[in-house]
Amino acid sequence: MAAISREEVAHLARLSRLAVTEEELDTFAGQLDVILQAVAQVGEVTAADIPPTSHSVPLTNVLRDDVVTPCLTPEEALSGAPDAEEQRFRVPRILDEDVAS
Amino acid sequence: MTTTLPAYDEVVARYEPVIGLETHVELGTNTKMFCGCPTDFGGEPNTRVCPVCLGLPGSLPVANKAAIEATIRIGLALNCSIAEWCRFARKNYFYPDMPKNFQISQYDEPLCVDGYLDVEVNGELVRIGIERVHLEEDTGKTLHVGGATGRIHGATESLVDYNRAGIPLVEIVTKPVPGTGALAPEVAKAYVAELRDVIRSLGVSDVRMEEGSLRCDVNTSLNLPGEEWGTRTETKNVNSLRSVERAVRSEILRQASVLDAGGRIFQETRHFQEDTGDTRPGRSKETATDYRYFPEPDLVPLAPDAVWVAELKAALPELPRLHRRRLQEQWGLSELDMQSVLNAGAVELIEQTIAAGATPAAARKWWLGELSRRANETGAELSDVGATPEQVAELQGLVDAGKLNDKLARTVLEGVVAGEGSPTEVMANRNLEVVSDTGALTAAVDEAIAANPGIADKIRSGKVAAAGALVGAVMKTTRGQADAKTVRELILERLSAQG
Repeated sequence: MAAISREEVAHLARLSRLAVTEEELDTFAGQLDVILQAVAQVGEVTAADIPPTSHSVPLTNVLRDDVVTPCLTPEEALSGAPDAEEQRFRVPRILDEDVAS
Repeated sequence: MTTTLPAYDEVVARYEPVIGLETHVELGTNTKMFCGCPTDFGGEPNTRVCPVCLGLPGSLPVANKAAIEATIRIGLALNCSIAEWCRFARKNYFYPDMPKNFQISQYDEPLCVDGYLDVEVNGELVRIGIERVHLEEDTGKTLHVGGATGRIHGATESLVDYNRAGIPLVEIVTKPVPGTGALAPEVAKAYVAELRDVIRSLGVSDVRMEEGSLRCDVNTSLNLPGEEWGTRTETKNVNSLRSVERAVRSEILRQASVLDAGGRIFQETRHFQEDTGDTRPGRSKETATDYRYFPEPDLVPLAPDAVWVAELKAALPELPRLHRRRLQEQWGLSELDMQSVLNAGAVELIEQTIAAGATPAAARKWWLGELSRRANETGAELSDVGATPEQVAELQGLVDAGKLNDKLARTVLEGVVAGEGSPTEVMANRNLEVVSDTGALTAAVDEAIAANPGIADKIRSGKVAAAGALVGAVMKTTRGQADAKTVRELILERLSAQG
């Protein structure tokens, strides 16, 4: 059985706002399936005494003090933006998506 | 769709409401959650941004220790357990309010879990369970342009300011609250008010609903007695304590009318309408939200030190509810009087005024009288009315020392509020001090007697009550800057001496 279905790839593409053609869906589903199957091999060697790893370095509590550091100027901040207006980033309107928080 | 809503009392007699609240609190740290940009409210667009909060390639977030500490303190004040180990998570979604295309939040490993907050409703304690308290980052502000109205509908473009993006945001989620019956709207309001007071007492946020540093979403469902809980709706855009109460109430009525007509409640996001007091459906979603959470790879896990957490717990301030009880007793106030102090938002101000030397009665008089009236007139918060507790105590000190009478004190207060300086300075600059120079006062009294021989005769013949007219005359010539009692004594003294 495939690790990822064509429908799941289409769903992910939609969430990521990627325009994927029907043909590409077949290609990507196949490619992603190979990748997922390869990664799944790791599961075969995991044992109960090895906790799942999310970070490659065994560090915790890397924190910084609450001290202000210099910001970019608005010109610098907007210099990489495709478009700007009123000192703000200008983007096409986005509808139909929930806003975080 | 217009349907006639059933009567509230009748609805809550038949249906049992279950409520739940999600509250977001912007922390008052100096800097953002994952970078050193300042967090002050307002500011020119995109002046408080850096590569980290703009999500530029190669930048890496580092968590703000003060924000972690503040969140743990909130969790402890809400009787939560603090996680020994937890991680941040990426919440992925496609919307330009975060430049990274995701928000750093917490998902299945919140920093604080499983607590409660006791709130008082009509003199009864109601225990609200707390599901979780977690830390995330606030979003930027979008401005929709191109349409006629500035609203998203009809807009063609969005302009984004990322000054707010990355400000530490604490999310506090209650467990479902059943069993409050008709009181559900009041319980919801009391919870948000109590939560606000708790957080304010911790000094970790200014918790102002009108500025958005405290924001609230309200979940509501209805079920028949003995049946399972109903499908809940989530109401957003609830921006004041009063709106919390109205939103729950209107949602109870709306859901009852749908259920009564044999309809179904759909799990959806609704928006509270401040003007009409009802809720409207938000965007309909074809698919369930899919945020594709995963552990944030750029941030290492948090493992709060148990000793540190114990220290923070030991240093928590007294709970506002208990604090209020103690103050009520100390100030000798009735339940009703205390309630008016609370409603005016004057507890801390009065407390600080007393600490600065005023009596409880005097402190209460100024804050609930003259200053509350001014705050109402200008629509300002009492704490922003323009006078500090120290100034009010100083003013009362001048009254107690006989330098100001009540009327003059109010004029001085006007000057203080207008920014003319301290009470003593305003009194001196405006020349408002009570005339205590007996010579000048005696001259004014003699003048009044000479100008009103008829009245003077009456007083001489024993009609002491007539002295009022002469007191008025003296007050007029001294422009109110005399102590009426002293003037009266002086008049009687002069007339009996002359008589």
